[in-house]
Amino acid sequence: MADTLLTIDRSELLAKVKELKAAGNRLVQISCTLAEEFEITYSFDKDLALTNVRVMVTKADPVVPSITDIYLCAFAYENELQDLFGLTVPDMKLNFNGNFYMTAIKTPFNIATKKQEAQ
Amino acid sequence: MAQRTIVPFGPQHPVLPEPIHLDLVMEDETVVEAIPSIGFIHRGLEKLAETKDFQEMTYVAERICGICSFIHGQGYCQAVEDLMNLQVPQRAKYLRVIWGEMSRIHSHLLWLGLAADAFGFESLFMHSWRVREKLLDIVEETTGGRVIFGSCKVGGVRRNIENEKLKSITLELKNIEKMSREITEVFEKDGSVKRRLAGTGVLSKDDAYALGAVGPMLRATGIASDTRKRGYAAYGELSWEPVVETAGDCYARCLVRAREVYQAFDLIYQAIDKIPDTEIDVKVVGNPPAGSESFMRLEQPRGEVVYYLKGSGTKFLQRFRVRTPTFANIAPMVVALKGCQLADVPNIVLTIDPCISCTER
Repeated sequence: MADTLLTIDRSELLAKVKELKAAGNRLVQISCTLAEEFEITYSFDKDLALTNVRVMVTKADPVVPSITDIYLCAFAYENELQDLFGLTVPDMKLNFNGNFYMTAIKTPFNIATKKQEAQ
Repeated sequence: MAQRTIVPFGPQHPVLPEPIHLDLVMEDETVVEAIPSIGFIHRGLEKLAETKDFQEMTYVAERICGICSFIHGQGYCQAVEDLMNLQVPQRAKYLRVIWGEMSRIHSHLLWLGLAADAFGFESLFMHSWRVREKLLDIVEETTGGRVIFGSCKVGGVRRNIENEKLKSITLELKNIEKMSREITEVFEKDGSVKRRLAGTGVLSKDDAYALGAVGPMLRATGIASDTRKRGYAAYGELSWEPVVETAGDCYARCLVRAREVYQAFDLIYQAIDKIPDTEIDVKVVGNPPAGSESFMRLEQPRGEVVYYLKGSGTKFLQRFRVRTPTFANIAPMVVALKGCQLADVPNIVLTIDPCISCTER
């Protein structure tokens, strides 16, 4: 049950996700880490083995394609990417347009805290 | 076609102790669509990890939720241990199983009580919570807390349970198990419970899998998926199989939880029988290395939880991400609500065992 991590180009994402769906994988989660670029990781499970597919997206072009056509349940994760990180996910099947998370500050995970700025 | 109206459900509703909102698109009394909204109390705990010492974050991780608090702490610690290649002593692993399964029992008894309350079986609700209190007494005896255990730490556990104490706990647990069975048998055998829940909120096996359902929501459709089978902590050394039902309805989800209570008692007995006499922690030196990553999955009472941690080489993590089971079960819940009657909505929402506190980590 070894976990795998595969980094691919953004343009290859939909084909890869389709391939994983066809192979019988369940979507486990989508997460984002913000460093020099947005590091977006899609996790899939089959027979308790985890496959992580990673896409790097620049801050200058913060757009990632929606996989809701393949996995409808991805709408929750993709709205999270939009609301917390300020990424744009076009063609989402259920797009809350920034209102899925009713946070006081818009895209809070894309903002350095005062403590971080001081560091 | 009947006229469509939208009925708002939540964020404040008698069956919801925490806020989630659903716009129910209705045709007469039938729900044709449910549109969820969350984020009313989002706390940003993930962001907090970027400015808090990784060892202190254990306390924060435990406070993601008041019901599965121990397992949140355990998952966080296991992920940090993975980043730092720490080998946790065997006794600590077994103690984690014991406390983790106690969490499962009290969570399921809490849910069974809430479910009984939602369908109007008040005495069953009170008895479920009465028995739960007995178990919380043991939790308090062994950890010092009833809600927040505070007993897990990076590198092991903070407290030991002496072997003599484990023996006396076994006797107390046998008594609590007997009382639990009297209650869970009502859920399994009482006609009124079955009539209220059977055939309601059906989620097919294919939908459950395609929509990423987890925990009892998934296992109630016939899929034997349980992250504990990955063998983390001491689960790989214990004998057990996931509890599975096949109907995929509210009743099946209820039965899975009732039977998981028995299973949790059995796992605790096995862990007590096999627990070795070793140290309970190892010294933690240094910080999680820069660029190190861990995807840690555990089985909470509500289902699979995922922790993603990324080290920065300092005492602060670059990223702490938690995908909670309720978050994963939102999409399956929306599908289970389609076609149901308005009066069944509270029961269906409850049978995913929603924990908004977790979801709004």
